Amino acid sequence: MTQEKEIVLQHPKDPSALLDVIRDVQTRLGHVPEEAVSRIAAHLKLSEAEVRGAVTFYHFFSLTPRGASTVYLNDSITSRMNGRTAVARAFEEEADCRFGEVSPDGRVGLSSTSCIGMNDQEPSAIVDGVVFTKLSPDKARAIVRGLRDGTPASGLVAEFGDGANQSSLVRAMVSNNIRKRGPVLFGPHEPGAAVRKAVSMTPEQVIDEVKKAGLLGRGGAGFPTGLKWEFCRREKAPERYVVCNADEGEPGTFKDRVVLTELPGLLFEGMAVAGYAVGARTGVLYLRSEYAYLRAHLEAVLAGLRKEGILGKRIAGSPKFSFDIVIKSGAGAYICGEESALLESAEGKRGEPRDRPPFPVQAGYLDRPTTVNNVETLATAARIVVEGAAWFKAMGTPKSAGTKLLSVSGDCARPGVYEVEYGLSIAELLDMAGAPEAKAVQVGGPSGTCVSKAGYQRKICFSDLPTGGSVIVFGPDRDIFEVVENFMEFFVEESCGWCTPCRAGNVLLKKKFEKVAHGKGTEGDLRDLEAWGKLVKATSRCGLGQTSPNPILTTMQNFPELYEARIQKGRDFVPEFDLAAAIQDGCAAANRRPACKEADHE
Amino acid sequence: MSKPVIATASLAGCFGCHMSLLDIDERILGLIDLVEFNKSPIDDIKTFTKPVDVGLIEGGCCNSENVEVLRSFRKNCKVLVSVGECAIMGGLPAMRNGIPIRECLEEAYLNSPTVDPEDRLIPNDEDLPIILDKVYPCHEVVKIDHFLPGCPPSADLIWEAVTALVEGRPLQLTYDLIKFD
Repeated sequence: MTQEKEIVLQHPKDPSALLDVIRDVQTRLGHVPEEAVSRIAAHLKLSEAEVRGAVTFYHFFSLTPRGASTVYLNDSITSRMNGRTAVARAFEEEADCRFGEVSPDGRVGLSSTSCIGMNDQEPSAIVDGVVFTKLSPDKARAIVRGLRDGTPASGLVAEFGDGANQSSLVRAMVSNNIRKRGPVLFGPHEPGAAVRKAVSMTPEQVIDEVKKAGLLGRGGAGFPTGLKWEFCRREKAPERYVVCNADEGEPGTFKDRVVLTELPGLLFEGMAVAGYAVGARTGVLYLRSEYAYLRAHLEAVLAGLRKEGILGKRIAGSPKFSFDIVIKSGAGAYICGEESALLESAEGKRGEPRDRPPFPVQAGYLDRPTTVNNVETLATAARIVVEGAAWFKAMGTPKSAGTKLLSVSGDCARPGVYEVEYGLSIAELLDMAGAPEAKAVQVGGPSGTCVSKAGYQRKICFSDLPTGGSVIVFGPDRDIFEVVENFMEFFVEESCGWCTPCRAGNVLLKKKFEKVAHGKGTEGDLRDLEAWGKLVKATSRCGLGQTSPNPILTTMQNFPELYEARIQKGRDFVPEFDLAAAIQDGCAAANRRPACKEADHE
Repeated sequence: MSKPVIATASLAGCFGCHMSLLDIDERILGLIDLVEFNKSPIDDIKTFTKPVDVGLIEGGCCNSENVEVLRSFRKNCKVLVSVGECAIMGGLPAMRNGIPIRECLEEAYLNSPTVDPEDRLIPNDEDLPIILDKVYPCHEVVKIDHFLPGCPPSADLIWEAVTALVEGRPLQLTYDLIKFD
């Protein structure tokens, strides 16, 4: 039996297992060869195009070999700010291949990837599922040498991070960097208290309590959680689901990583509370592939909760309520943080957003009513049920109740996770994080807002500066244009390609922005950027394209002087096109001298 | 009083947009009353002989001659219009943009099964225009004032746009003219 066949046959003949089969093949063969594509298609009764479509959709799958071991080096702006270029060069020299290639001996492949949730300890990379943080050129060389000598990636981790990162099931060099413990997420919590309290109430009372608390979704969009649960509960259906969105992919956010590492019990209780409220028996934790190193730890916590009767059949003393949780893995795709794309991916397909309506609360996971909530939202909901709406409402601002976990990174003395009350000003946050000279602060990641000094009195809350948690600080010497370019590259890379405004619009925006950045822009180009940006936002199908022009639009708004200084004033049109350069390759291929009479008829 | 002057050119296009221009049926008689054609494949005038009011460009730039023609249009026309997908975005010819030009030429002139084995040569006569590394939309080479979308833009769309431009009316392309599905 061929190896592909052997691997494929181990899986059930269930199309929703597609990503699991592909992952298995990818892990064991280093890529998904053509024969495996046919084999998987036949086994799951899918077309080869569907299988190939799924393989090519996700960063961590590949149709071509990526080496016996693969290094995925983060390419976020913070990684670049912390010396990624030198680290990448060291990887390339030691492996004797470029990024996107495999070393001549086939042992090591090098790939770039989008933010892996380690922004507070960059540059970082994932090697065969193992996370390496704070890389230096020397460490990069040592990793390649070790892999070449046959040491497994896990054997190359010299020291472990703090807290649960040291536990035998994690053993990761990742640091939690918890800088400020607030009263909600990091307050004292007795395991099981939330589920026990919830089942002593009616589901309607639970929903009501969460509504009264004013809990808004922590992933960024800020939808009222209680209302979402109520919509889901109201749908008539034989089965409903709770899905936890643990796919934090917004560059610069890593707070869910810390919750998953240190507070998984609280999160799982939150899922059970949500399950009780909406009338679901099953919860799905959609875990981003980058956090796969936490999976064994999470499975162990789940097993512990089952043992204690906090999960499983008739839990927490309730005669009727049964609830359990399964973990589904992503495979590297920012778009899967969008709830309907996440559901597609959880069902084993390409993570392309769905048309809405119907909304997930009407027809979500497996077409059943589903509440999709962020990690932090669910953990917060568990605490609200225990402590009550009034306790929660007393924190934050009238319209943004409670606390928020912020992931602070970039040019500051104390990068890490901060649990702060809503209403905190940027200036206060910079003070806490140790960034007195910050030139700009990116709030909410690339899809959020780039704030200049003039905006440092603005407040983190839903009515002013909303954020899913990402806060990136840029020091006085940083080039804002380089930041914007990195963000636009990210969106071009991560667009799922389904709708034209996002697929083509982001490429055109990036090209036009680069023209301006290269000093070839005019006032007309700035007008185009603004008009096109608004068009992409207004006409894209999902949140990605609805926010992807923000790096350009918010810097144009908050740093107009930078753009003014770059453009050629008073000129109607400046082409970036250069005829001499454009004919070079054609001349060389035809063996002609570039005797171009670059006719001066003008 | 002299009539407004129009010039047209087809660069890296298929002449489909010119066909669409001719597709205005009997209105072409009205058009002749309304305007005078200068450099254009329609009347076969090869060089500009007077200043032009409206230049219509079909196709993008795939070789050095296209660039030269486009630049001469910009110089001689008061208003320059990109007509159709290829002029605006590069269109079908731009499908080669992801492939290095050397590979394209080798595939076409050296490795294609229909190439005479005795005659494997990438054309290199000095009189041939030099092919560009990729196909460029017109507005990346010169300033373009208006864009008429479509593949091709419909005869009605071209008629509406051209008459508006020569009569000095604002260009108002209604939804039915730019709706393609």
